[in-house]
Amino acid sequence: MSRILVVGGGPAGHRLADRLRHHGHPGPVTILGAEPEPPYHRPLLSYVLSGRASPEALRLPALPGIEAHRGTPVTHIDRGRREVHTSGVVHGYDVLVLATGARADVPDIPGARGPGVTALRTAADCARITGASVVVLGGGPLGVETAAALAARGTATTLVCAGPHPLHDRLGEAASGMLTKALERAGVTVLAGRTVTAREPGRVLLDNGTRLPADTLALCTGAHPDVGLARAAGLRVRTGIVVDDRLRTSDPHIHAIGDCAEHEGRAVTGIEAAWAQADSLARILTGRGACAHRGTPAVFRLRTDIAEVACVGPPDAFADPSLRRLTFADWDGGRYARLALRGEHLVAAVLFGLADAIASVGELHRNSRALPSDRLRLLLGGPPRPASTDLDSPGEAVICLCNNVQRQDLAKAWRAGARAVTALATATRATTGCGGCLREVTELCARWEREIGQDGERTP
Amino acid sequence: MSEPPSRTPEVDTHCPYCALQCGTRLTGGQDIGVTLRPADFPVNRGRLCQKGWTAPDVLAAADRLTEPLLRTADGRLTGTTWDLALDTVAGRLRELRARYGPDAVAVFGGGGLTNEKAYLLGKFARLALGTSQIDYNGRFCMSSAAAAGNAAFGVDRGLPFPVTDLATADTVLLAGANVAETMPPLMQHLDTAELIVIDPRHTPTAQRAKLHLQPAPGSDLALALGLLHITVVDGLTDEEYVRRRTHGFEAAVRRAMAWWPERVEAVTGVPAGAQRTAVRMLAEARNAYVLTGRGVEQHSQGTDTAAAFINLALALGLPGSGHGGYGCLTGQGNGQGGREHGQKADQLPGYRSLTDPADRAHVAGVWGVPPESLPGPGRTAYPLLDSLGSDHGPRALLVFGSNPVVSAPYAAHVAERLASLDLLVVADFVPSETARRADVVLPVTQWAEEEGTLTSLEGRVLRRRALLAPPAHVRTDLEVLHGLAVRLGQPPHGYPTVPGDVFDELRAASRGGGADYSGISYRRLDAGEVLHWPCPDTEPTHPGTPRLFLERFAHPDGRARLAEVDHRGPAEHTSAAYPLYATTGRVLAHYQSGAQTRRVAELHGAEPEPFISVHPDTAARVGAADHALARVTSARGSMTGRIRLDPTMRPDTLFIPFHFPGDGRANLFTHPALDPRSGMPEFKLSAVRLEPLPEATP
Repeated sequence: MSRILVVGGGPAGHRLADRLRHHGHPGPVTILGAEPEPPYHRPLLSYVLSGRASPEALRLPALPGIEAHRGTPVTHIDRGRREVHTSGVVHGYDVLVLATGARADVPDIPGARGPGVTALRTAADCARITGASVVVLGGGPLGVETAAALAARGTATTLVCAGPHPLHDRLGEAASGMLTKALERAGVTVLAGRTVTAREPGRVLLDNGTRLPADTLALCTGAHPDVGLARAAGLRVRTGIVVDDRLRTSDPHIHAIGDCAEHEGRAVTGIEAAWAQADSLARILTGRGACAHRGTPAVFRLRTDIAEVACVGPPDAFADPSLRRLTFADWDGGRYARLALRGEHLVAAVLFGLADAIASVGELHRNSRALPSDRLRLLLGGPPRPASTDLDSPGEAVICLCNNVQRQDLAKAWRAGARAVTALATATRATTGCGGCLREVTELCARWEREIGQDGERTP
Repeated sequence: MSEPPSRTPEVDTHCPYCALQCGTRLTGGQDIGVTLRPADFPVNRGRLCQKGWTAPDVLAAADRLTEPLLRTADGRLTGTTWDLALDTVAGRLRELRARYGPDAVAVFGGGGLTNEKAYLLGKFARLALGTSQIDYNGRFCMSSAAAAGNAAFGVDRGLPFPVTDLATADTVLLAGANVAETMPPLMQHLDTAELIVIDPRHTPTAQRAKLHLQPAPGSDLALALGLLHITVVDGLTDEEYVRRRTHGFEAAVRRAMAWWPERVEAVTGVPAGAQRTAVRMLAEARNAYVLTGRGVEQHSQGTDTAAAFINLALALGLPGSGHGGYGCLTGQGNGQGGREHGQKADQLPGYRSLTDPADRAHVAGVWGVPPESLPGPGRTAYPLLDSLGSDHGPRALLVFGSNPVVSAPYAAHVAERLASLDLLVVADFVPSETARRADVVLPVTQWAEEEGTLTSLEGRVLRRRALLAPPAHVRTDLEVLHGLAVRLGQPPHGYPTVPGDVFDELRAASRGGGADYSGISYRRLDAGEVLHWPCPDTEPTHPGTPRLFLERFAHPDGRARLAEVDHRGPAEHTSAAYPLYATTGRVLAHYQSGAQTRRVAELHGAEPEPFISVHPDTAARVGAADHALARVTSARGSMTGRIRLDPTMRPDTLFIPFHFPGDGRANLFTHPALDPRSGMPEFKLSAVRLEPLPEATP
């Protein structure tokens, strides 16, 4: 029975342990987590910021049959003896899984490591955001989600970003401009094209000399894979810990998943990718199903209710002349779409405010499916148009589905003397099922009466 | 027509098809024909669908079975006498049992059987055959909702309130229920409510909805978890209700926390905003109902899916509140009563458990046998069918009121298993696809020729009444069971042939059980009393229980349980070889395996042949034209049908109705992956490919 040791108590490690038990891994599974808190849903920390949920509410379900240690940072890995050392305790392993996640980048700003400043990576970080005014630095997804959540709880919130708009690199000018407006509507002050140059007590200093009052400076300035242990252990590391299609590092007894790993040449971040890797690794370690992990096409989706925003594919695809483009912009309505297509397949897309399209495009991209031919309906959504066969021949249009009564059946009954709804019902059974066609039959009856009359020569 | 109407025989009864059990009045007779009118009964209030209107045609089916049939040495089914047929069956059952033990004989029942038949069939299996191997086609229908309902509420009654309560609703969530097509007269009770419909297809019901959520097949559970997530995070939980009346809220919510709206959107394709709208519509309604149907239940995670919708209803404080609730829409005519009285693999009458010592003792007492003589639980429907004729499986099968050759998943395999039996006996009134493969066919009565009771989707016990005498050589199922039981050495009085006598025994067996019928009698029902179970005889005129859970739930502590469920996903995913989902279901003109409705000219005319609903883009990609023949193939097998282009379909999904025989059987491609708790197969999702077929040249 192989002993599996997981370093990292975040969602990736938790998911792996859960899936190992699900697939019936018989041996011991141990998790060593550095954070003192039990594991929680990191993507939902904005709920804590906005006051919609307590930190306790975000906790992940307990893992029966798993030995989980928290507040237990690992000091080093002894690959030769297959041991992991924490302060004072040594854990042996047959299989070691590194799920150490990422660390927040802290920019080199005077005062950035002092009081009243926090990165935003952990539940403990959230608790450090206090006071009536907060400056959020960083125009990436975390910055936008954090600013929106803080504004929702009534904090005076300023978002400072270097680009012309938040998420400008990902979304382009049009959609990121709409995002700025949405943030402002939600109560966030957006200062674009600026950066913070210093943190002083009670305020921050911007590059143009402005001093903004701020009880807290929240740094949403990116993160990098936590590769310290791996590097010290001599494993192959580029941006992240390099893994193969079996999610193995350069040591076959050691795997890596989640934000710390670099698969197919990319350090993919985000919970979806982390969980997918955990699922794959659990199958690989228990010998179930496919042996190789394949990354699924990533969909970027902003997690906030101030605006519906998503994009897929590389932003430079829109500059590729070999691709066809489709653009839709409704400036007044705050709706925007830009698609780059190769054949019937999507290469890249930016979507703003088009809720149905965001859902559909996300599905199509994840599953690498062809786009529907009705592109406008894809963008605008709405109820699908019903089958058109009935319209080809109005006489054959089914008026009463429950009793399969066609318009021509009603007309025939009308000609035979059924000149009221009740009489038509008796003759054809129309309206006697769910009753949904009652109005239509009443209208038909009235129209025939009006247009043709009792003695009319014409037939309905 | 000169006779006054009062001289013509006339009875009040109910439609033979679905669990709505619309009230009908029959007049006429064998010679002058049968006329049917809808009755002013609360569920249908004078309305009927096309199946109901044309139900008398089944009474006059041209190929009605009118004499017992025995397969002769030349392999043909040939007419014989009842004595010879029953002697043959009993003789061979005795041989097989002596050689292989009692479990060598199996029984397969149906959700269309009356309470009396279902009860006596279960008793016959456990006592006369001594077998543990009995289950029924309701396993393919109601089992997931039943398992979830029992776990949550301590009792399983499809609707724990009268159908007419729905008329008070402001919002009704229909999850996987296409009511406008499968039970049209129910729609009149939903006229005033705003509907939220969850269905991968834009069904006639979805067309009537204020909000249609169109999830990818197999993702309903993720959606239900997401709706609970929003309820909790947006502060819409009925906290007082949750505290006072439930258990397990925290653990359930802990699972749901992983299903934030954008993640649910990624898995289901339902926009995050639409999820929020759905929750708001439910939470802001004064009266809100959550109803599930087969669409969300017929999955390998169907029980958990039903449970997740119950969790949502409980978080919103609906069940037993008097201003809303949860219910499942039972499918088959006696889908409710049929799952209460002992034809389920693990169950005894009155919704008693075959593993509970007190339950065994009670029923054994009523049957006059020692409790230890009752067999234990047996295989559920699909494992039972799958085991037939194998080394450890039954060698003989008796089928009552079911047509598994058409209705079971992986149908070609099931047909093979049936063919490998030493003895297949089928009791039916028409030569169904299963009957045609039998060694012995026993012709039995149908709805308007027999007396009995059925229990409708609202838990109301209803009388089925006979207008006609059965054809000369046709017997009732009760007479068949009596005849076989006596030949197998059982005391004749233990197998009454008068339905009222069987019902009286059922009442005693159910006394004190989950579904207590002891206070219900033919006399009370015939006097027009409206009686919903439980109706104990602890007082002489117990009024029955139209509304359950108003004071307490049926668990010993009176509280409902939220289930800690999570989305696992379907058993099968699309792939390069099988790039599409196929989902199966019903059409308005047909009922179940179609054995009855395909014999009605008007219904056959409305839907004469199998079809494949497909988005025009998807059809164009494979080169399949509208109305052309095409083949749908999964890893299990292929069916053939005619293309029906439908731009409202999801491009990744086909819909195929399951009512048709032969090559048109949708179940040739379905997956026998089972729900681990209910034994429900995954009818609603198979990975398939679509290919055009050349038209056969004449």
